Amino acid sequence: MSTQSFKDRNLLAVIGDEDTITGMLLAGIGQIGDHGKKNFLVVDTKTQVSTIEASFEEFTERNDIAILLINQHIAEKIRPTVDKYSQAFPALLEIPSKDHPYDPAKDSILKRVQKLFGE
Amino acid sequence: MSGARENIFPTRMALTNTKLRLKGAQTGHSLLAKKRDALTTRFRAILRKVDEAKRKMGRVMQLASFSLAEVTYATGDISYLVQEQAKTATFRVKARQENVSGVVLPTFEVDRVAGTDFNLTGLGRGGQQVLKSKEVYAKAVETLVELASLQTAFMILDEVIRATNRRVNAIEHVVIPRLENTIKYIMSELDEMDREEFFRLKKVQGKKKRDAQAEDARRAAIAAEADDEEDSAPAFEPPEPTDTNSDLLSSKDADVIF
Repeated sequence: MSTQSFKDRNLLAVIGDEDTITGMLLAGIGQIGDHGKKNFLVVDTKTQVSTIEASFEEFTERNDIAILLINQHIAEKIRPTVDKYSQAFPALLEIPSKDHPYDPAKDSILKRVQKLFGE
Repeated sequence: MSGARENIFPTRMALTNTKLRLKGAQTGHSLLAKKRDALTTRFRAILRKVDEAKRKMGRVMQLASFSLAEVTYATGDISYLVQEQAKTATFRVKARQENVSGVVLPTFEVDRVAGTDFNLTGLGRGGQQVLKSKEVYAKAVETLVELASLQTAFMILDEVIRATNRRVNAIEHVVIPRLENTIKYIMSELDEMDREEFFRLKKVQGKKKRDAQAEDARRAAIAAEADDEEDSAPAFEPPEPTDTNSDLLSSKDADVIF
């Protein structure tokens, strides 16, 4: 969490369904680096959980990513990994998708917020 | 009174040192408590904002999905096209840092560069929808970036507040009582030493007095004997009593030191 660590982080990464990815790419966050290293992962019904987890790990370990966006229903699939994640960088955001409306009760951050408010 | 204390030799210097350290601990405690309060105030504000922004994000993303649906309706499925055309990010973030009572909080800022990606998307039909969708999504992502900086601040502050709380409590409940115990221990130990010393001196003095009296008595007895002898032969040595007298005085002076 040193001052240098977030200076060179300027990309966003997405793990999401096709529509979310398309939208985000339209907004212009897509970056394909050397060797076809993408900063997004399209998840459909055929995608293995292990694949999702692998990219989650990869995105959280890359040091040019500032924010990692993940669809909530996909985060749900790798919930233990997501809940365990506690680094400040990259910031992890759970976002709603088209088919799955946003449920604040499932969000790992909001859960903490609620807990703090509840006390 | 009893309890943990530092393993220290009870001397006056150690007492002064410990007192200084206690003062330092108290100052540190009040400073840390102030820091904690400042951070907590900030934290509460951010907490509220995070809650708000998360709910806002739900609405914004819904809107964005809707606009994408419009695109799909007008143009057909463009997802493959878009995925293939993505090359370099034109939508980036810049990190800035903010300082809250010595804690560095990063805030992300949107940094958009004009790019040429997807210029041909929707050339056939639905170009307007694609453009609109691009804008809507850009807005949505801006909201997300804002939320992300709030959330990062939230995480960092949470961590720092916890650490500060731990330190405040440690000083309040461990360090200060221990120093106080040490001071009490040194004081009682010093008092005890004082009393012992006093008693010892008394004892010495008493012994000296007793010895002196014994000596006096012995001298008196000798003098009395001499007197008796003097009685039998009074005119022999008149200066002898005075001599013994002065002798007695001098011997007493040499023995008694106060």
